[in-house]
Amino acid sequence: MLTVASSVEEALAELEAGARAVAGGTDLVVAARQGRSPLPERLVAIHRLSELSHMRESDRALELGALVSHRRLAESALVRERLTALADACAIVGSIATRTNGTLGGNLMNASPAMETGGPLVCFGATVTLRSAGRSRSLSVDELLAGPGRTTAAPDELLESVSVPLPPPGSGSCYLRLEYRRQMEIAIVGATAVVTLAGARVADARLAITALAPTIRRVAAAEAALVGSDGGSDAVAAAARALADGSAPISDVRGSAAYRQAMAAVIGRRAIEAALARARGEHVPIPASPALHGGLR
Amino acid sequence: MKVDATLNVNGVDVPVEIEPHWSLLRAVRDAVGLTGAKEGCDDSECGACMMLLDGEPVNSCSYLALQAQGRRITTVEGLAAPGELSELQRAFLEHGGVQCGYCTPGMLISATALLERSPQPSEEEVRIALAGNLCRCTGYQGIVDAILAVARRRAVAAPDAVN
Repeated sequence: MLTVASSVEEALAELEAGARAVAGGTDLVVAARQGRSPLPERLVAIHRLSELSHMRESDRALELGALVSHRRLAESALVRERLTALADACAIVGSIATRTNGTLGGNLMNASPAMETGGPLVCFGATVTLRSAGRSRSLSVDELLAGPGRTTAAPDELLESVSVPLPPPGSGSCYLRLEYRRQMEIAIVGATAVVTLAGARVADARLAITALAPTIRRVAAAEAALVGSDGGSDAVAAAARALADGSAPISDVRGSAAYRQAMAAVIGRRAIEAALARARGEHVPIPASPALHGGLR
Repeated sequence: MKVDATLNVNGVDVPVEIEPHWSLLRAVRDAVGLTGAKEGCDDSECGACMMLLDGEPVNSCSYLALQAQGRRITTVEGLAAPGELSELQRAFLEHGGVQCGYCTPGMLISATALLERSPQPSEEEVRIALAGNLCRCTGYQGIVDAILAVARRRAVAAPDAVN
């Protein structure tokens, strides 16, 4: 059975009664078609909840309703300017149809270790608000992601919104993936870099790996290799090597663990270089992935 | 258990009886009776099932029909008056953009949405817009040429209407 919710309260009551939420259907319904997991018996459609569709800047953060699509994020001037890595990521999800119908909330709750938006959200320090009939709580995206397809949200909790802090002036960011084709692709390896420059020095660096571990995660050793440096090629190479060392990839049809680990250093280096270039005010096209594979070494 | 629903397809409200788990594709093909949209992969990879939902492309094989209630659904049948061809359809024929034809309905839907949001696309934009539509026959070039030709023709015909 499927209920089309007309209010958040109605959706929460359905979740409490055992329903699963569906928004764009680009993960849930596709998984059922592929036979990975059957469509849940009881569904609540949340796509009409306009209170979950907002996108507004407030208190030095961008507040996003769970229903904001990848396409809206990729086209947003604020996201492209201040949260560029998130625009890089959203612009290469699936195809235009996927990006139009797929939502940020659904992407997070699907918890794929290869999802594009996870690395940027983790590096920007994004938090999510989970709401159930009884209560509401906030936690970081890092705390939300528990493993492949698993989150720490309870079954009756609805991801209501995502808050993404805007990095300070002098920052630049990039999300990059290794891909075999331009669209309808799943990251073989991905890397996110968010850097802040103070003069010629790297004052802050947040570096995360995608599709290289059971969850998307930051790598402290890589960040330490970059912070305080001049952002030159030696420091960038050291940080990229640390990203590869911090990965624990699987082997599957799209790539062996050894290949993924080797490519982590390459993709990591390109992502860091692009983030530094953007922090210096240089132009790097969005999405970065196709441009950088042909351009930077 | 089947439920009653109303789907607005190509401007017509159609009452249907469908199972809650049915995809939009199945509802439109089996309950509405319009078979232009095709089932290819049934997995959101190939784009043969593509329709417009409020003017935006959707893989109808992976969209629940009940979620499409209250929205405007456009299938390939809705792109031209009965018995006629749209500008894009004619251009596909002229440029060799059709061979077996199975991908064509989805290609036309993607192309229609593209020219709506970007009347003068670059070749790169056209290829990105078609990335969710697979074609095993044409090698894509004829399809890309057809879309660019329509864009050029419209710019000449009504230079102020585009851009």
